[in-house]
Amino acid sequence: MGTMIQRYKLGEEDYRGEQFKDHPDDLKGNNDLLSLTRPDIIKAIHEEYLEAGADIVETNTFSGTTIAQADYNLEEVVYELNKKSAEIAREAAGAFTKKNPDKPRFVAGSMGPTNKTASISPEVTDPGYRAVTFDELAEAYKLQARGLMDGGADVLLVETIFDTLNAKAALFAIQELFEERGEEIPIMVSGTITDASGRTLSGQTVEAFLISVSHAPILSVGFNCALGAKQLQPYLQNLSDRSPFYISAYPNAGLPNEFGEYDEGPDEMGAQVEQYLEDGLVNILGGCCGTTPGHITKMAELAQNYEPRKINRQDAKSAKEMLV
Amino acid sequence: MKSLPLTLSGLEPLIITEDSNFVNVGERTNVTGSRKFLNCIKEKDYDQALKIALDQVEGGAQIIDVNMDEGMLDSAAEMTNFLNLMASEPDIAKIPIMVDSSKWEVILAGLKCMQGKGVVNSISLKDGEEEFLRRAKIIRRFGAAVIAMAFDEDGQADTLPRRKEICGRAYKLLTEEAGFHPSDIILDPNIFPVATGMDEHRRNAIDYFEAAKWIRGNLPGAHVIGGVSNVSFSFRGNNRVREAIHSAFLYHGIQHGMDMGIVNPTQLEVYDDIPEDLLERVEDVLFDRREDATERLMEIAEEYKNEGSSIKKKADDEWRKKSVEERISHSLVKGINEHIEEDAEEARVKYGSPLEVIEGPLMDGMNVVGDLFGAGKMFLPQVVKSARVMKQAVAYLTPYLEEEKAQNQDTSEQPKVLLATVKGDVHDIGKNIVSVVLACNNYNVVDLGVMVPADKILDEAEKHKVDAIGLSGLITPSLDEMIHVAREMKKRNMDLPLMIGGATTSRLHTAVKIDPEYDSSVVHVLDASRAVSMAGDVINPKKKEQVKQEIKKEYSELREQHEGRQTKKKLLTIEEARANQTEIDWEGYEPPKPSVIGTKVFEDYPISELRNYIDWSPFFRTWMLTGKFPDILDDEEVGEQAQSLYADANALLDEIVAKDLLKAKGVIGLYPAKRYGDDVILYEDESTDKELTRFHFLRQQTKKRRGQPNSCLADYIAPKQTGITDYIGFFAVTAGLGIEKLIKHYEEKHDDYNVILVKAVADRLAEAFAERMHERVRKEFWGYSKEESFSNEELIAEDYSGIRPAPGYPACPDHTEKRILFDLLDVEKNASIELTESFAMYPASSVSGIYFSHPQSRYFRVGNLGEDQITDYAQRKSSAKEKVEKWLSSNLDYDPNSQ
Repeated sequence: MGTMIQRYKLGEEDYRGEQFKDHPDDLKGNNDLLSLTRPDIIKAIHEEYLEAGADIVETNTFSGTTIAQADYNLEEVVYELNKKSAEIAREAAGAFTKKNPDKPRFVAGSMGPTNKTASISPEVTDPGYRAVTFDELAEAYKLQARGLMDGGADVLLVETIFDTLNAKAALFAIQELFEERGEEIPIMVSGTITDASGRTLSGQTVEAFLISVSHAPILSVGFNCALGAKQLQPYLQNLSDRSPFYISAYPNAGLPNEFGEYDEGPDEMGAQVEQYLEDGLVNILGGCCGTTPGHITKMAELAQNYEPRKINRQDAKSAKEMLV
Repeated sequence: MKSLPLTLSGLEPLIITEDSNFVNVGERTNVTGSRKFLNCIKEKDYDQALKIALDQVEGGAQIIDVNMDEGMLDSAAEMTNFLNLMASEPDIAKIPIMVDSSKWEVILAGLKCMQGKGVVNSISLKDGEEEFLRRAKIIRRFGAAVIAMAFDEDGQADTLPRRKEICGRAYKLLTEEAGFHPSDIILDPNIFPVATGMDEHRRNAIDYFEAAKWIRGNLPGAHVIGGVSNVSFSFRGNNRVREAIHSAFLYHGIQHGMDMGIVNPTQLEVYDDIPEDLLERVEDVLFDRREDATERLMEIAEEYKNEGSSIKKKADDEWRKKSVEERISHSLVKGINEHIEEDAEEARVKYGSPLEVIEGPLMDGMNVVGDLFGAGKMFLPQVVKSARVMKQAVAYLTPYLEEEKAQNQDTSEQPKVLLATVKGDVHDIGKNIVSVVLACNNYNVVDLGVMVPADKILDEAEKHKVDAIGLSGLITPSLDEMIHVAREMKKRNMDLPLMIGGATTSRLHTAVKIDPEYDSSVVHVLDASRAVSMAGDVINPKKKEQVKQEIKKEYSELREQHEGRQTKKKLLTIEEARANQTEIDWEGYEPPKPSVIGTKVFEDYPISELRNYIDWSPFFRTWMLTGKFPDILDDEEVGEQAQSLYADANALLDEIVAKDLLKAKGVIGLYPAKRYGDDVILYEDESTDKELTRFHFLRQQTKKRRGQPNSCLADYIAPKQTGITDYIGFFAVTAGLGIEKLIKHYEEKHDDYNVILVKAVADRLAEAFAERMHERVRKEFWGYSKEESFSNEELIAEDYSGIRPAPGYPACPDHTEKRILFDLLDVEKNASIELTESFAMYPASSVSGIYFSHPQSRYFRVGNLGEDQITDYAQRKSSAKEKVEKWLSSNLDYDPNSQ
């Protein structure tokens, strides 16, 4: 989404629109807000990816929590923002499903990590300090999830997890919301391995991460962001070997260059993700930073030729048991 | 069928399969089980606390148990803080956490800090199925495994059938209703002590083993855990035998299916290394193989105990046959005073000089006591008893000493320390303890008592040519008095080291406020155990100059750090703070109307009733025995001491009741009231025509997290503009009337132990009186909580609605408000309590405070105050700003002298 928004070269007034023309803070760069102020652009982007062959599109809500929006003093609009974002994506996906009912399209409500961590102190001299608590995160995520569900999201996607405790707060909030609504939708969980140590930013190994999120009724677990497809492969392999859940992967288009741009084109990246398919590592495949509709077209083509990953039967049984 | 593994995680995974070896859970990061850890947490020495955690991991713990259940700790906050700190240490954070508490809110606090999948220790059916399931479901939502203890509505399971029944029931509920996977369930079928001498305990180990076996055979997938150190409880103090019992128990437990144990992994004897004869008798006990198994283990246990330590029962009658020096030493170390006079006499004859007896065998004996205390092998009550023996011996020798002195010059080389509780303050238990401890360590102590003005302290110091001065105080105004003493010492060009101690003093305050006033050594002494080494350092002529430089440097660094920290935190303006006051919905609120308006006096309240309301934990803390009552009585390290102290205290209470030695008196007052700004106005009656007086409260000004109010006690009273007539209450109680006579009685007998005991017990009675009175106010006189029925533990835990903060304490730190309270209730007349010039209450065993009934009322710390609020407060009180600044000096966020 971010990659595509950049292409529109939007200015401060686009972000503000009519609704926020008098807002005291600068709003440029608050991409989530465009769902309210430039819904036309957001919808067009969704349509480009759907056109490219995507089965699932993510809502434009990566920073749609009161915690992340506090930077813009926009906590008040968080619910509306999520609901509207889900509606836009739902409308776009619905139109494509209608055109071709054999290829139903889904909306995943994106729930990003927020800009604060619950298990790491931002102050070097005060390791016991936390800028955000579990309760604050759970409250913020619950509001976001409510907006996404009210707007018609088919799936909730807790993504780019660099601190598992943040993710656990999200999962806690989601389960609480499900109970309140008496209604459940699938949950996808996607972590981020930040560097060659093979750990999350908060220090967990792949397996520890998997164990830490296994309690929730999740549809899939996987990784996204930070690394390119090639660098991600060993961790994905490790996860796939152990996971009783479906596996998702949506890496970046390589590592960023010195200007912070992603250079890998569809063919180059495609060759790397084909390896995932050959090895039977994934059930859900996609792209994160730097991936364009061109990349998705390529992946959709490649995926045609392979079977999805099989879940180990013993594991599948236990996964189901765990979902009781 | 092979069951699924139990998977846990910290930063790294822990996977426990059927084939896994036994899993060790490190138990030392537990304030109820480790005194060392408790002290670290109390003293906020988190580096050391983390070191204990790291030792457990390095010693082989695969899961780390963390428990913060101690009465004086804010357990939930400590849990949060410590888990957060552990999260920052990758070497510790790599293993999963077991959050251990009997309090649900502490468990929740722990769960909220764990990014990995940990274990909750524990839940049980104690409060019924509904509560059990509610908690289980929440735990599952957090993604943790759970320990279910074999405990139900009827109590703890202590037979095999009960263990089976409860474990089976818990398992069924967890798997069928709470959605737990069997592998996430850990059952604890209760390890109880063996070899207690009681018949019903003989099967304790077998029943546990059988229960473990049954669980593994009948409750598929579930794991079995136990707290192992319980089993050897009757062998407290005999670590050799305890370790053997633990190892043998574990060995057989594992054979029967126990797969996790809470142990100290660094202290486990290898099963095969247990000597054969010991092992045989241990196993006889574990498996109840012989009628006389317990006796036989006790027999052999003594031998093994003697391997390490020396003195034993057999020797009990033997010691009287030893040399007079050894007998004196024995009496001192053991605190036995039966024979001390005859032994002192024998020694006097033998040595030919009473002074030589004192400086010889008596002092040698006290040095042994000092060393044992320093090494943590003796505890304070024992030391005080030793000192009593010493004093009695010296008292016996004194007439001879006088005689001798008349002939010779006094050439005593003992260092001299002057001790005093400063002017305005009447609290001296801590000071008396320091006095005893110093005396035990060869110091000559000049104790000036309480409420001693600066001039007198310094005159006496000069007169006695002392080597150091120690000041003590408990209430905050004493801090200022100590600064005053330091200034006076400088004026007199004195060079004596100054030691500072007492409950409100701190290293930081000493460094920031007292040290700069005086050029010679100023040191803060944290507690009595530090007094000896501190005094030694600052007095020793060889060391003192260097020590002085070091401390001066340390304190100056502390000051700099403090200033650095000061500038960082910004306070809200008082207007901003008021805008963020406690949100209370007054609309439709009907304040409960008291059945009594005005004062009610209680003459001679029965002590026999009050003793049931005593909170014993602080009593033990006075004696530097840490632990929660009643668990402390069974504590591995201090249990024996605690039991004997507890017995002494109860015997004293019996005597107080029987002979009417202390009188308790109290007064309460309840009044219509309305809030006006941060003040509360009191009215004579419901018509609220006539204002009686007003109380002035202070508001927190530090910036709060979102959703947290800037609290002020006035928030809890309905504001005037709502038109609601609210109520407020006050009390002053004492249990110290007549204490002087009692103390004098013991002082004459040179019995410091009982002097301190009397004061400590009277303090507890006064607190118990406050607790009981508050309960009666809630149920009868104000009557807003008529239906409540709390146990004493629940009262101590403040489970009830409403609060009773005291002026001078964190929520309302201004001691001068006490004067208004005293005038209002005519406390001097109605309860015979006086106020000193520093607003300390005399007798010291007194408590006064303010009652608030609103269900949202909470205790809090007012903390730092800005100049804007002080100016405003001084106006409200019609008091000079300088005067307010003086009384609130430790709360000021600014330096009033810098303008």
